[in-house]
Amino acid sequence: MTPELGQFALILALCLAVIQSTLPLIGTYTGERHWMSLGSTAAWGQFTFLSIGLCCLIYAFLDNDFSVAYVASNSNTLLPTMYKISAVWGAHEGSLLLWVFMQGAWGVAVAAFSGKLPETVRARVLSVMGMVGVGFLLFMLLTSNPFERLYPAPLEGRDLNPLLQDPGLAIHPPMLYMGYVGFSVAFSFALAALLGGKLDAAWARWSRPWTTVAWVCLTIGITLGSWWAYNELGWGGWWFWDPVENASFIPWLVGTALVHSLAVTEKRGAFKSWTVLLAITAFSMSLLGTFLVRSGVLTSVHAFATDPGRGIFILTFLCIVIGGSLIIYAWRAPTVTGGGRFDFVSRETLLLANNVLLVIVAALILLGTLFPLIYDAFELGKISVGFPWFNKMFISFMPLLILVMGIGPNTRWKRQDPAELARRLRLAFIVSVTLGVVFALPLLPGASPLAGLGIGLAAWLVTTLTTSVVDRLRHKRGLAAIWRDVTVQGRSYYGMVLAHLGMASAVVGVTLVSLHGVEKDVRMSPGESLEMAGYTFVLEGVEKHQGPNYRADRGKVRILRDDEEIALLMPEKRTYTVQTKPMTEAAIDIRPTRDLYVSLGEPVGGGDWSVRVYYKPFVRWIWFGGILMALGGLLAVSDRRYRLSVRSRRTIDATVTPAAQEASG
Amino acid sequence: MPPLFRTLVFLATLSAATLAHASTLADFDFSGNVSEAHFKEIISELRCLVCQNESLAASQAELAQDLREEVYTMMDAGKTDDEIVEFLVARYGDFVLYDPPLKPSTWLLWFGPFVLAALALFVMGFAVRKRTRGQDGDLTSAQREKVAALLGDETKNRES
Amino acid sequence: MKRPLMLIPAIVFAVMAVLLAVGLNLNPREVPSPLVGKPVPEFELARLKDPQATLGSADLSGRVSLLNVWATWCVSCRAEHKLLMALAKTGEVDIYGLNYKDERDAAMRWLQVYGDPYVANAFDGDGRVGIDWGVYGTPETFVIDSQGVIRHKVIGPLSAEIVKERILPLVRQLNSRS
Repeated sequence: MTPELGQFALILALCLAVIQSTLPLIGTYTGERHWMSLGSTAAWGQFTFLSIGLCCLIYAFLDNDFSVAYVASNSNTLLPTMYKISAVWGAHEGSLLLWVFMQGAWGVAVAAFSGKLPETVRARVLSVMGMVGVGFLLFMLLTSNPFERLYPAPLEGRDLNPLLQDPGLAIHPPMLYMGYVGFSVAFSFALAALLGGKLDAAWARWSRPWTTVAWVCLTIGITLGSWWAYNELGWGGWWFWDPVENASFIPWLVGTALVHSLAVTEKRGAFKSWTVLLAITAFSMSLLGTFLVRSGVLTSVHAFATDPGRGIFILTFLCIVIGGSLIIYAWRAPTVTGGGRFDFVSRETLLLANNVLLVIVAALILLGTLFPLIYDAFELGKISVGFPWFNKMFISFMPLLILVMGIGPNTRWKRQDPAELARRLRLAFIVSVTLGVVFALPLLPGASPLAGLGIGLAAWLVTTLTTSVVDRLRHKRGLAAIWRDVTVQGRSYYGMVLAHLGMASAVVGVTLVSLHGVEKDVRMSPGESLEMAGYTFVLEGVEKHQGPNYRADRGKVRILRDDEEIALLMPEKRTYTVQTKPMTEAAIDIRPTRDLYVSLGEPVGGGDWSVRVYYKPFVRWIWFGGILMALGGLLAVSDRRYRLSVRSRRTIDATVTPAAQEASG
Repeated sequence: MPPLFRTLVFLATLSAATLAHASTLADFDFSGNVSEAHFKEIISELRCLVCQNESLAASQAELAQDLREEVYTMMDAGKTDDEIVEFLVARYGDFVLYDPPLKPSTWLLWFGPFVLAALALFVMGFAVRKRTRGQDGDLTSAQREKVAALLGDETKNRES
Repeated sequence: MKRPLMLIPAIVFAVMAVLLAVGLNLNPREVPSPLVGKPVPEFELARLKDPQATLGSADLSGRVSLLNVWATWCVSCRAEHKLLMALAKTGEVDIYGLNYKDERDAAMRWLQVYGDPYVANAFDGDGRVGIDWGVYGTPETFVIDSQGVIRHKVIGPLSAEIVKERILPLVRQLNSRS
């Protein structure tokens, strides 16, 4: 009964989405205020029914209702409760439901927090969001219904893919989807602005917090994904340039460009049509990622079960959403004019350079991801584009981007005296070049040109940020004045500082772990020991262990340094009862500056085991960087500007509504 | 055959080969001619054919182990990296290389990003030049005030 | 249109969409063999049923033939076996087998139980020859012309459709040429 209820709820949600996508929009043309205000109501209704749908599916999982095909293929009575819940989004159908649910949640958020928006703008935004919702709900109901029944119902389910039975993966997809779907808000604002012909600083300010929140979610999602791969795949890799990883990284890069471009549009009124294009592109790339992951056009380690029928549906949907919005763009954007004048050396130029670089990097990753497909489509055969290519390209462009990242925050809007800029950044430049050279010359153990480059760039970020902060505070006399200055800078400034520091941290992590990581594959008998990177690893023994839904061989590895025990790790080799898939569960000893990573391979006869041991210097800095970026984003969103506008909306309402209507109607 | 079915049959075929037996790198002896680091570098840049998207170094498939042994034997016999790569490409095609070869059909891949960058730089320079000569702002002061009111912006003059 | 440049994003997307549509009909997992159009790799292996005798590259020229790579552990080999039997019965083409990474006893038993469509089988216990043939997923079937040149490769199990539309026409064409 519950599955039918869930399905019914989804159908009702679809009906409401149809209403949400049409009536308010029509209302903006006919001037019918009741129709316009239907947007919020429909968004709330849609969200309510989507919640009911999601709850029904969760219930089906908790209830072990194997008459539901999706539950039967992704759950099992022995599956721990936590994973029963995360199994809801463990495969295609359920993850799609989660996706639409989040879409609904963002819709409600817009309805709830956009009271300050002119009615027409809000109606248009909600309409566009409704349209996206209609697309995804149709996709789910027509090709991938999570509530489809199985008859006769099996007694036992086929269990969740063991790879996905990890706490990191329980939260990674929701965060990722929050990000993907979150970009639909920026997209909707952009389209609403194009439709209304009103692309201005106000539009940029309204979109900014939404975009930043979506970007924060995507940042966390990607960070968690990388962390999960590191923990769970058993070979210590944190990024492989797999198509699925790229599918999340491309929207992130475009989103990052968008966050910066919105700042220019808001503050200076410049780059409007570029910002709109980025808003459309960021969401388009999220959709494209979905297509790549779910249609089976590319092979990936983590692809969903694929089906070309679904592929055709999403492709059609992509053509309507992306193609349609780009045509609207081509039609309406040329009417957008102006923006403030600025000098060649100015923050505007630097932010534009940042944007261009980010988009180039996104485009080249897209090219690398799609190239095997292009090659095949032109009947040139099969080709692989893997990490060596991506690394080379990434290293070609990232240094430039980081260089610009350092200068930008130290530059004034409109006009910057180049000589003064050079004077101000001189110290930062000297410090970072010195550090870079020190790490590049073979004076230190393990120094290399690439290490020098990485460390130099990270130092450049840190020193220039310091310069910027110090500069902002030192013009004032007296502690009180400085303190007032600290507070007056606003949280969005400190958010920027934090996020850029996150980048520095990630650069350090990536550089050091790539260059100085050590790994060893060895055959070990119990009692045997191994020396690596100054540590001694002793395999004490391997014993059997019984988990809730798996059997495991659990190794005991004692780690010593200078004859002193520092950790006892217990890596496991698991065999899950139902899927009989061997899984490597690595054990990791974590310190801020290094990880010791041990994974158990195979029994190789005579009681011996193959063991993989990794020394990963500074690997945590990569994810710590991701966290800093996310925190920076959150800090920026909490800036006074955005809160003020909410608080004072009532007093302004009276003056605003007629103006806005005159402007957009 | 309909594509879906084709894919399913394919997966069935390949899984059989994958599950048959698993092995590791631990069996190789690096005390002789073959440097462990170099061996790992080579096999990590070669793609396993049977798996979804894994290198020969990471794959547990049986074919991957056979190929690892093949590579090891060749290295032990003093073959150069190019010879090893050639050996594999002759049998499995460019698909095995994670680092795609540079040839006319891959020019788009290797040079595309740089051409795009050059183009973008040119367009950007053009756009910036236009802006440095333009008028200051497209908003009249009346419009500015309206926007400020619309946003409830009490700090409109604070530019950071 | 005031500024046709604004159409560029839409055009780029259109090109990409066409490409993706084409991509939907491709199978990313099927890697074509670079051996097609080249002479069969040199090899010489003991036969499956008669280990004293050998089967090698020389035996694969002179007549148009098929080389089928199979193993008893391969599930889909079982699926295509009936088709091979039927094809052998027509006598249109000689089918040779490469018994890949298998146990000799198991393979002999398989041929006893399900029938033997092969003229002869080469026994490749360690899969070394399979590597030279670029084998990566059993079953695989090569079409070889009378000069001993590989003309076609089917990756994965044969189907009635593949036999009728790809293999037989090619075999007839190659036969008529020689």
